[in-house]
Amino acid sequence: MIYLDNAATTMHKPQCVIDAVTGAMGSMGNAGRGANEASLSASRIIYDTRERLCRLFGGSSPKQVAFTCNSTESLNIAIRGLLLPGDHVITTMLEHNSVLRPLYDMEKQGVALTIVKSDKKGLLDISKIEDAVCNRTRMIVCTNGSNLTGNYVDVEAVGRVAKAHGLLFVVDASQTAGVFPIDVEQMNIDVLCFTGHKGLLGPQGTGGLYVREGVSVRPFKCGGTGVQTYNRSQPKEMPTCLEAGTLNGHGIAGLHAALGYLEETGIDHIRAREQELMWKFYEGVKDIPGVTVYGDFSVKERCPIVTLNIGDYDSGEVSDALLTDYGISTRPGGHCAPLMHEALGTVDQGAVRFSFCHYNTDEEVQTAIRAVRELAQEDE
Amino acid sequence: MKKKELKLVVTFHTTADAMAMEKACKEQAIPGRIIPVPRAISAGCGLSWCAELSDREQIVAMMKKTGIEEEEIHECMV
Repeated sequence: MIYLDNAATTMHKPQCVIDAVTGAMGSMGNAGRGANEASLSASRIIYDTRERLCRLFGGSSPKQVAFTCNSTESLNIAIRGLLLPGDHVITTMLEHNSVLRPLYDMEKQGVALTIVKSDKKGLLDISKIEDAVCNRTRMIVCTNGSNLTGNYVDVEAVGRVAKAHGLLFVVDASQTAGVFPIDVEQMNIDVLCFTGHKGLLGPQGTGGLYVREGVSVRPFKCGGTGVQTYNRSQPKEMPTCLEAGTLNGHGIAGLHAALGYLEETGIDHIRAREQELMWKFYEGVKDIPGVTVYGDFSVKERCPIVTLNIGDYDSGEVSDALLTDYGISTRPGGHCAPLMHEALGTVDQGAVRFSFCHYNTDEEVQTAIRAVRELAQEDE
Repeated sequence: MKKKELKLVVTFHTTADAMAMEKACKEQAIPGRIIPVPRAISAGCGLSWCAELSDREQIVAMMKKTGIEEEEIHECMV
């Protein structure tokens, strides 16, 4: 199988990640639940993972990294835990449902929402974000990269807008963490939401959020923490404040190894390789008659994603043909990005997304180009 | 049970703080170890750092330098 659905999850994990998870499953106790060696070994590796994430994201303290199951949980915690009825929040058409649905839910609770439109290429005019700021605005929440088009969003520029107006800035780094450099200080990010299983190359069920020191997020859940047992309230200190219940220690051990792999390999190297594969594929398919490629390819920096349609074929049908005739895994349909499809005009047809990982080979890309060409010829 | 001795016991708000303490002490070769918070200090669970009284100054200086926040610093029989 040729796996080109890495924007959904990276399937090929470094061997050290697999070894770390299986090792942890035979040795790890419950972190923070006692001072026995098994528990301490879990606490140590989890703390070390906070340190690695803090380093990766340019944070000020590992304590500001809280673990969750994925980006969706992190975004729910940030959005629900920071906004109050009467607040105004600004987001964009590029967002995934993990941002949009919590915001729609908050809208029902009295939060005003502005969604800044993109153009037909899925490009965002950041000045429109600034235009939407009003005296009730409390937060800007946006993605660092579209999961549908791969367009990269200059969050540093958005962060400057947030800073200029004293707004909270929440970033969805699902498509960029582990691939693009992220510096929460330089980008003025208050809450960075990430998942462990995509570019970070860790196991599914891992993820988290980095919260700037001084930003207080209301806990999403409360319960056992291993500390302050007789306190009737959830402890207020980070990261415990946002972590009730047993953590996914086995998964976090895998994420720990994955972060080690990223540090060793270098995310610049990984990004360069993934972009090389993406550009090769793009150059190979963009001029095929009947093929429409979506997104902005006028800039070098973009997520390693190419999304296209062939004629007016149902994207699901094309994706199925790619799988059954060529053994290529892609993602058709709506990609949980309803507004982005509205902007592209692909609500009914959906689109076929090819997303690359540095483990993919040139041969795989050539096979995918040939497959698209042959399927497009069938359409003629 | 072993005979108790008077020790320095540092408590923390979170497990993450306790882990930061253990790591920093190991890196700087400051002796001590993680123990459950003694009942004499606080009922309930949680981890604390147990060290010799004579190392107090060194420990306090290191915590200040590395930004590790304690809940309290006690002297108690452990």
